[in-house]
Amino acid sequence: MSGVLVVVEHRSGALARTSLESLAAGQSLAKQLSTDCSAVILGEGVAPLASDLSGKQLAKVYAAEHPLLQQYTADGYTTSLQQLVAKLAPAYVLFLHTYQVRDFAPALATRFGQVLISDVTAIQEGPTFVRQLFQGKLNADYRPAAQPTQAPCFVSIQAGAFRADSLEPAATPAPIEAITIDLAPNQIRTTPSPLFRESARTVDLTIAPVIVSVGRGIREQDNIPLVQALADAFGAELAASQPICDAGWVPMERLVGSSGHTVSPKLYLAVGISGAIQHLVGMKDSKTVIAINKDENAPIFEVADYGVAADLFEIVPALTNAILEAKGNTVES
Amino acid sequence: MKIIVAIKQVPERDATLAIAPDGKWIEESDLSYSINEPDAYALEEALQLKEKNGGEVIALCADPERVAATLSEALAKGADRAIHILTDSDALAQSDTLSVARLLADAVSAESPDLILTGLQSDDLGMGQTGVVLAELLGIPHATIIIQVETGPTGLCVKRELEDGWFQHVDMPVPALLAIQSGGNKLRYATLMGIKKAKSKPTITIPAAPPVSPPAIELTRAYLPEKLKRTRMLTGTPAEIAAQLVEKLQSEVHVL
Repeated sequence: MSGVLVVVEHRSGALARTSLESLAAGQSLAKQLSTDCSAVILGEGVAPLASDLSGKQLAKVYAAEHPLLQQYTADGYTTSLQQLVAKLAPAYVLFLHTYQVRDFAPALATRFGQVLISDVTAIQEGPTFVRQLFQGKLNADYRPAAQPTQAPCFVSIQAGAFRADSLEPAATPAPIEAITIDLAPNQIRTTPSPLFRESARTVDLTIAPVIVSVGRGIREQDNIPLVQALADAFGAELAASQPICDAGWVPMERLVGSSGHTVSPKLYLAVGISGAIQHLVGMKDSKTVIAINKDENAPIFEVADYGVAADLFEIVPALTNAILEAKGNTVES
Repeated sequence: MKIIVAIKQVPERDATLAIAPDGKWIEESDLSYSINEPDAYALEEALQLKEKNGGEVIALCADPERVAATLSEALAKGADRAIHILTDSDALAQSDTLSVARLLADAVSAESPDLILTGLQSDDLGMGQTGVVLAELLGIPHATIIIQVETGPTGLCVKRELEDGWFQHVDMPVPALLAIQSGGNKLRYATLMGIKKAKSKPTITIPAAPPVSPPAIELTRAYLPEKLKRTRMLTGTPAEIAAQLVEKLQSEVHVL
């Protein structure tokens, strides 16, 4: 077993932007181990995507085509990648920790008697894989128990942990190798329907210069107007963390985090957000972060420039008034 | 429909955590525990499916003795019985997803359920994979991040949540395993009647079998994260804090 193999994700005929981050992680790990990094893409009609990939600094690009891979299924992907990993015998198999990867990579690792080291935020010397525990309150170092020369080590990388723009281009295009997958219809036990969206989008959070975002600390739906008033005072967009959108208190299209938007506004004001890692990945590149949360140990303060460890129900109305006053003064002067 | 819900007990969300002396886990004494919140949503989905379609809901866990309180709560909310795979607290901290899933798989096989529900991930380790690994060990299909479950004559139609506002329906046969997305249902409270009834509901306790193989991955060190940024904490009365913030917003952030 040797080398690093990165499994690349694609959607609607294009490489996922986040998959470039997994390639950057793969290149970085390969460099540390003085070994090769290759990439694999699965699907039907993925030849154009494979040639996109060959423009990156990679030892090889594997294209695994099969009509049954036209749509993603956990069974199709698990079985195909099981054959690929067995054939190519990489020491490390890297993914980006997306919803799709969470759906099949644990099963793939199980087929090799391994456990996916999931949602990794950094790769350190060793290699040691860093991931978070207790919703970001602690960090932990992980390593495979066996030498990856004997059994492959499966790792999924958190979105935002590696930068897509650090990806090295190829000096000469990487060779593309077509891989034959042995897959029969009866091996795929689920029948997926086409993807759909519930409603038209009315807001684009990614271009908002100021975002006021609300979390669990708001306690109930009736308190949302308090934060909306603060957003209105700024002329800002309202956003929210997962539990708030899940509860339907703020529309899903305003979700910031790993299952929603990644934003980097001039100002991100987090109100009653503890800062679970799924949220932090969506906003940690904001230019300025202000956090208001009653728990002074909340992980949101790890990424905040200014922190207020106090009751949001006291601070938010005071801040709304102060902003309206400041704006009023500006107009007058 | 016979439904097994795999649940786990984790430290309360607002618990203050300290690193254990061996530097590999947290200090567990003095912590209060409760049901892993994502698993509470799996339990709620199971109870609603039972109310709609009839059948039986079994709460299953592999945890140390302390989980008894969480199992009683599941029974009080409406589960019919519970299976407790009794583990040693140290043993579980040092095992990995595959070992835990093997314990669960043995207990599930003995019951032959139609459906197994799990939460999406745990609030403590957050690996987010016990359900998928369990399905793989049992040789049954699975689907994750499920926000709706419809039962039909030949199996299930589930609605999966994908990133960025996309959804997908997936048809699948039973038996199957579903990892339920949090927040889709409103969680119920146990009623007084439920608490009374729970006392007469059976809980089987099975000692955990020794692991068939050593863990595949090791947690070598747990530690407090280094601060990424220097956070300036503002203090004072609400009005004073608001004034300081406005000043920063004008002079440094330039958004006012």
